[in-house]
Amino acid sequence: MQKGPFVLERSGLLQLLQALKAKGYLTLGPTVREGAIVYDQLSRLEDLPIGYTDHQEGGTYRLRRRGDEALFGYNVGPHSWKRFLHPPILRLFRARKINGGFEFEHEAEALPNYAFIGVRACELLAIRVQDQVFLGGAYQDPHYKARRERVFIVAVNCTQAGNTCFCASVQSGPKAQAGFDLALTEVLEGDRHYFVGEVGSERGAEVLGEIPHRAALPSEVAQAEAKVAQATRQMGRSLATEGLKEMLYQNLEHPRWEQVAARCLSCGNCTQVCPTCFCTSVEDHTDLSGVAERTRRWDSCFTADFSYLHGGSVRVSTKARYRQWLTHKLATWQDQFGMLGCVGCGRCITWCPVGIDLTEEVAAMRGAHV
Amino acid sequence: MPSKQRKPTLAVWKFASCDGCQLSLLDCEDELLQVAGAVQIANFLEASSAVQPGPYDLSLVEGSITTPHDAERIQAIRKSSRFLVTIGACATAGGIQALRNFADVEEFTRIVYAKPEYIKTLKHSTPISEHVKVDFELRGCPINKGQLLEVISAFLHKRRPNIPQHSVCLECKARGTVCVMVAQGTPCLGPVTQAGCGAICPAYQRGCYGCFGPQENPNTVALSAWWTLLGLDEAAQQRAFRTYNAGAKAFSKEAERHG
Ligand code: SF4
Ligand code: SF4
Ligand code: SF4
Repeated sequence: MQKGPFVLERSGLLQLLQALKAKGYLTLGPTVREGAIVYDQLSRLEDLPIGYTDHQEGGTYRLRRRGDEALFGYNVGPHSWKRFLHPPILRLFRARKINGGFEFEHEAEALPNYAFIGVRACELLAIRVQDQVFLGGAYQDPHYKARRERVFIVAVNCTQAGNTCFCASVQSGPKAQAGFDLALTEVLEGDRHYFVGEVGSERGAEVLGEIPHRAALPSEVAQAEAKVAQATRQMGRSLATEGLKEMLYQNLEHPRWEQVAARCLSCGNCTQVCPTCFCTSVEDHTDLSGVAERTRRWDSCFTADFSYLHGGSVRVSTKARYRQWLTHKLATWQDQFGMLGCVGCGRCITWCPVGIDLTEEVAAMRGAHV
Repeated sequence: MPSKQRKPTLAVWKFASCDGCQLSLLDCEDELLQVAGAVQIANFLEASSAVQPGPYDLSLVEGSITTPHDAERIQAIRKSSRFLVTIGACATAGGIQALRNFADVEEFTRIVYAKPEYIKTLKHSTPISEHVKVDFELRGCPINKGQLLEVISAFLHKRRPNIPQHSVCLECKARGTVCVMVAQGTPCLGPVTQAGCGAICPAYQRGCYGCFGPQENPNTVALSAWWTLLGLDEAAQQRAFRTYNAGAKAFSKEAERHG
């Protein structure tokens, strides 16, 4: 087994994809679509966002050309791996009315073995957070579990950070620490293009053993580390986490909630793009022939139905909804799961259609000048 | 449905509209046979000229009220219907013809008709709910046929229809569509519009046109402030809010701000 850091040439990456395919994995990773870098099936290196990067700000995302041939020279986009581990819409069962009772049809799900290529450090933590949510308690989610157990993870460390990133302040990145099978750092230096890698599991070592690689030179490791350090220096945002929970609990009636509610569209985008948000709504449908179906779909604390109890919705105002979102991510999540619900990926800032920024809201409530 | 029981009767009515929503019912194809099996279609002129007298268990009403005669007709339909469901933007918000609400309809009649004195029309195009009690409003221009089947099925099974009132954005995110406003700066009504279409337009790189009317908690003022930053002028903003759901309160109020 490869012990220390290794080097994979650019061409080795294609061999990695092929080795994973040969083992029966469905390889998923970054690709350019609809003006953004999204996650979809990968079969060739050309499917990757070669030479692309992104410019992100609150409510704004633009693809840009890099001027080099980097394969992973971008920051996280609108998709997260949650859409594969915790699908947006899932049919739970079908039932048919028979002789006054019900006959249930549970379909055995034909699940592919996913290989995620290009998982960022913040995303690794997001997966760990969802592991805690779905698998950490007394009741495990069988759908998440079945998908999660089989995933092969190729992490790719960030060598640049975006304007809405703040993984450094929540200690989730930019370097992948744990939870991967293989982790790579892309290095473009002069006319060399290679990856410095690290093995994270037995499975990772096994796959690596099937493709050409060699031990990394100290100078190559240093190059890779310098690239990652560069990302740390580029963090566009920060979030002070010390005493955050207490601060929010003490400020549940802060005037800032009203101010942000005036701008918030209660559209729910922030919760949908967030890689840790897990809420779903369970819906029953019947068709005209008496077949009933139960489905589960992503929901959001920004909808009225989300807090519908007998007699009406509990959170009617946008203020109450925004406060639920922010205090759940940053405070009650800690009580519930023993960790922060935010991994600093910045998606909720970029993909909020009106650029609402949780780091700015927290700073304002702390009394800092923004 | 147990087959021995009398089948519930269904009637479909048309007011000022383009017929597109009724066509969604005909468009159900496979499911239409199921509908025909589950209900007795007592009145549906679009499909058959055979009309059976009321009362009806379920009336689907398409179109808005634009004439004094229609204002009377809807009263009679309400009286002969146990459940009355309005379908489409015309019936639920007044439709595109509600643009007349912001103009001089007499001037239109003078320009369009050779003998305007024969035309008896109301100043405003209004939704059915302004005239009679409506049991459920199904939005859309046109309505979504899956949602229509859901409403009919819910009625037959005596349950509440499962028609979400949240934004179109949740549908974009569920299908994995990239936000056109964030990634391309294209103005989009999705965040203030009710879901139901399946987020078709953004999937084809267009902004949402608001066919399903305002979502349950629409912040049009904040959206329009962002559009201004994107470079959309006042006239364009007014036009965006004045289409198929121009008469819906949240949209008509927002359009007025840009007058
Ligand atoms: S709250 Fe925002 S920044 Fe934090 S993990 Fe979720 S999307 Fe990313
Ligand atoms: S922030 Fe809202 S949508 Fe996200 S997990 Fe918490 S309650 Fe659910
Ligand atoms: S914070 Fe932004 S993304 Fe979230 S609901 Fe409000 S407007 Fe939508």
